[in-house]
Amino acid sequence: MSERPRLAVIGAGPAGLVAALAAAARGVAVTLIDAAPDAGGQFYRQPAAGLGARRPGALHHQWRTWERLRDGLAAQVGAGRIRHLTEHHVWCVERESASFAVHALLGPEQEESVVVRADAVLLATGGYEKVLPFPGWTLPGVVTAGGAQAMLKSGLVLPGRTVVVAGTGPLLMPVAVGLAAAGAKVAALVESADPKDFVRHARVLAAHPDKLAEGARYAAELARYRVKVHVRHAVVAAHGTDRLEAVTVAALDADGRVRAGSERRVPCDSLAVGHGMLPHTDLAETLGCRLDGVNVAVDDEQRTDVPGVWAAGETTGIGGAALSLAEGRIAGLSIAARLDSRAPEPGSYASAAKARAGLREFFTAVDNVCTPPDRWVERVGDDTLVCRCEEVPAAAIREAVDELGAGDVRTVKLLTRAGMGWCQGRMCGAAVAGLAGCPPTPARRPFARPVPLGVLAREPDEAS
Amino acid sequence: MTPRTPLRLVRARPEPPFTVTFDERELTVLPGQTIAAALWSAGVMSWRTTRSSGEPRGVFCGIGVCFDCLLTVNGRPNQRACLVRAEPGDVIRTQEGTGRHE
Repeated sequence: MSERPRLAVIGAGPAGLVAALAAAARGVAVTLIDAAPDAGGQFYRQPAAGLGARRPGALHHQWRTWERLRDGLAAQVGAGRIRHLTEHHVWCVERESASFAVHALLGPEQEESVVVRADAVLLATGGYEKVLPFPGWTLPGVVTAGGAQAMLKSGLVLPGRTVVVAGTGPLLMPVAVGLAAAGAKVAALVESADPKDFVRHARVLAAHPDKLAEGARYAAELARYRVKVHVRHAVVAAHGTDRLEAVTVAALDADGRVRAGSERRVPCDSLAVGHGMLPHTDLAETLGCRLDGVNVAVDDEQRTDVPGVWAAGETTGIGGAALSLAEGRIAGLSIAARLDSRAPEPGSYASAAKARAGLREFFTAVDNVCTPPDRWVERVGDDTLVCRCEEVPAAAIREAVDELGAGDVRTVKLLTRAGMGWCQGRMCGAAVAGLAGCPPTPARRPFARPVPLGVLAREPDEAS
Repeated sequence: MTPRTPLRLVRARPEPPFTVTFDERELTVLPGQTIAAALWSAGVMSWRTTRSSGEPRGVFCGIGVCFDCLLTVNGRPNQRACLVRAEPGDVIRTQEGTGRHE
């Protein structure tokens, strides 16, 4: 009897789930490896079972899609076609002669490692939030917009009573609506972009009436909760001593400069802030996959340029759950066919490919409009910390560039320690690049998370 | 009108709560919550001071990426409060600098 080909899917969010289901249904033995205790990723993050949520869908959109994925996963796990490894934090994927070794740290302690061997790997590792620094951004009470949403979805908690939601991008509206629905007073939604700039992309928008309707629904919800929306505004400072007490909100001119005299102090005990998203690409980088800018480069079948390695979802470019689902489906079908030494039937994924093309076009337009104005750099005071872990202020980065001649992020890191701390530059990388005036570049971290030395010294155990 | 809360929003019927200690103070936790969620519920927003300037920190990214929410759990320093689920009887301590090894 020939053994079924083995696929390791890393990440149980929308892309990983739909790919796992598509591949498993076509005879592939799938191991779905995820860091969370429950499937869903960040988008479908679930309240812990012990919290007894009887209407968890109230915190979510596209709940029926989630129910289909969840039930599909349960059925395939029950049938033995998918093995779901939860609380497995993948730190490295290694290429062996004709297969792959996926190394994962176990449980909350993350001190023991196991290995999963597979013939193919799908990287569906998602993304995380980009936050650019501003005075006061390290105060307790200042959290990422996605973080506030994640804590609400899984722990049913709020960061405070009075929240300001600020930054730029399509995540801010659902975050503000979610926090308000859960009982927070959302004092303001502060968006630095100008929605009028979408006019330049009228053709693309017209092709996505569903997205426009979604935006209109959020706008109506914000009005219902009496959330004041300020566009072309920014939070330019957060105030407080031991924790956040207020923020300063200011209007921006067409160049992104603060309009003189427009500053207003808004009392609040929490600020949920985000300036877009960044893809997790560490595992792809270690495998030697080509990157396109900050995204993992893939072909029409979601294949990376490393044979046997596919990528889908936010890791190939930020574009939301619907795009992740389309990419995951294409990846799953491609993997099943290729592991059977066939090319996938183009007809089998034509509708997903059409959705993918449309959504990529839509999010390119969103990216063009929801870009933090370049002037954010001017608002970062010399004493504002840029690297939160190593406590490196903007002055040190400016000195490295202006006086010591650093011309890239890596040299700035070596001269200042910005990016050498616990988070390995994930939080400060974009800011350092902006302050240094150079393009963000892949970090080329050898491991995707901290690994105890003892783990590196031991032979890995097979995951059971 | 009853005030809106996250638990009401999802019509939660949590299992019975348990207690943990946070710097000798007793906190009530709902089963399944992370330590960070338990601390937010108790109105605690910071539980670490930084290594060089001693600034207070708590949750920032909320998903395990930023390492700002480190604390000591049952004697183990440098645990990410946003990832670790609270268990009954946990002894949780604020973390100073690189963490107290106990």
